[in-house]
Amino acid sequence: MSVPAQEEARAWDAAAQVPDPEVPCVTVADLGILRWVRVEDGTVTAGVTPTYSGCPATLAIELAIETAIREAGFDKVEIERILSPAWTTDWISAEGREKLRDYGIAPPEEATGKGLMLFGETTVTCPRCGSTNTERLSEFGSTACKAQYRCKACAEPFDYFKCI
Amino acid sequence: MAIYQAILELADDNLVLGHRVSEWCGHAPLLEEDLAMPNMALDMIGTARTLYARAAELEGKGQSEDDMAYLRGEREYRNCLLVERRNEDFAHTMLRQLYFAAFMKPYWEAAANSTDEVIRGVAGKAVKEMAYHIRHAGEWVIRLGDGTEESAARMQDAVEALAIYVDEMFDSSDAAKEAEEAGVLPKRADMRPAFDATIAHIFAEALLDVPTVEYPHTGGRDGRHGEDLGHLLAEMQSLYRAHPGANW
Repeated sequence: MSVPAQEEARAWDAAAQVPDPEVPCVTVADLGILRWVRVEDGTVTAGVTPTYSGCPATLAIELAIETAIREAGFDKVEIERILSPAWTTDWISAEGREKLRDYGIAPPEEATGKGLMLFGETTVTCPRCGSTNTERLSEFGSTACKAQYRCKACAEPFDYFKCI
Repeated sequence: MAIYQAILELADDNLVLGHRVSEWCGHAPLLEEDLAMPNMALDMIGTARTLYARAAELEGKGQSEDDMAYLRGEREYRNCLLVERRNEDFAHTMLRQLYFAAFMKPYWEAAANSTDEVIRGVAGKAVKEMAYHIRHAGEWVIRLGDGTEESAARMQDAVEALAIYVDEMFDSSDAAKEAEEAGVLPKRADMRPAFDATIAHIFAEALLDVPTVEYPHTGGRDGRHGEDLGHLLAEMQSLYRAHPGANW
């Protein structure tokens, strides 16, 4: 590996381990929010895509990534906010999905855009017992990216990471 | 007229409705709704932020998104009248949201082909959020319309009160026409079939009639607003005007 490529890999590794502030079981790399890291003329630039339009964590995430890269020994760090293409739950890695499930959050099940889906026809699997006999309590949960569900088999309420 | 003004209209729609919906925070009838309302508000305020920043950039006078949102008076706001209507009860709030989202979803779908990269980015995100808003608001309209005698009567009141503000969403101002010709924004009138289909579907289940409107109310795009907007802006802007440049 060339020196610039090594530097880039080191900066990526530092940025990639930053946890999501609202769902700390997954990192920004697991979620696919961290798009790339480039090193040019001694400046590290990290490309970051916000999850939701009004996600209040966007600034906190950018700051945490910047701090992590600085702590890895880089002085000049810039964050580039990338809006297009828009983030989608399809970018969550297989490992990220597994971590969400272990944490008690059902990972997104399918892509959206299938008509209106009134009264929640989406099948969501309970992260505790694996039953698909679940019901939606609310479209909106504790953070913008989650909905509230309840398992009718084990009676446990749980968060569902919405498909967007 | 300039393209940035068309983007400003779009930003104003999202901010004003976002602020309105946020007024339910702490007052919603149940906890789930108390979470849902600020969530939906954040979607719209987030969209508005990006649009204000883009409008300010295109205007080229060095204004920030905060200047755009907090330092323009009522007559300078270009939002359509629907979004500034008071929350009243839950029937009004949910129907207003359904009307807005049923228009904005196809609008953002079409805006995915914008010649402007920022608009494409906003559209890609907002289209999915609007799909959620249609679902959430649509379910409430059905629940209330096909509910008790009391809820059905309130839903009917909301339809009568808000229907006159629907058509304005389909009108393009001179600025919007310029942006549409440049391929920056989609043509507003083109959203009619998708909007009508969504409303017809939900109203049928809600046992509501789609009203015929003889005299649509307009004027928001020219800065002629109802008295409600002034009160909203007074509350929203007071802190920033008392402490110019205030920041979190």
